[in-house]
Amino acid sequence: MRRYEVVFVLAPSLTEEEVEQMIETFTSVAKEKGAEIIEIDRWGKRRLAFPVKKHNEGYYMVLTLEESSGEAVFELERRFKVIDSVIRFLSVRIDQDLKRAEKFETKREARQKRRSRQRAKEKQEAVAEQE
Amino acid sequence: MVRRRKYCKHCSGKYYFDYKDTRFLSQFISESGKIIPRRITGACAPCQRKIDTAIKRARHLALLPYVNR
Repeated sequence: MRRYEVVFVLAPSLTEEEVEQMIETFTSVAKEKGAEIIEIDRWGKRRLAFPVKKHNEGYYMVLTLEESSGEAVFELERRFKVIDSVIRFLSVRIDQDLKRAEKFETKREARQKRRSRQRAKEKQEAVAEQE
Repeated sequence: MVRRRKYCKHCSGKYYFDYKDTRFLSQFISESGKIIPRRITGACAPCQRKIDTAIKRARHLALLPYVNR
């Protein structure tokens, strides 16, 4: 399964209800295409670093989903392009990075363990020498 | 004399650089919004590359500025 992170920014002129409605449609579209929604992270209204389409603020949403093909992401992107109140969007595939990060973590832990063991051994030897 | 081995302090901390973490990424941009070069941040090549793409992604989402005047 591929995991994607789809971030989109909605225009600040929308009401909270409209924002919720948008999220609703996007999630249902994704589900229809066979994706599984893992998390929806609503950042709420946030100042943009620079004006985009004459807006100074935007509603940030992070949608994490899992699917096997990439069709849902494609469909979502197509819709983002059509809908004017979506001012920015970005979708990133993250499963490979997460996997690599995990591998890296375990390797690092092993290294640390090895090091601490060696250090303990050295200490013991030093103590033995003193005696 | 034992010379200390040079290392990248960024890789020792984490592997994945999140483009959503603006506070972390802002360490790697100058006041004018430019990406700080490797020779100054001391990041290794793989790390710098990851930081680079993360900043560029953040910029696209208007989380970080392209230029700060």
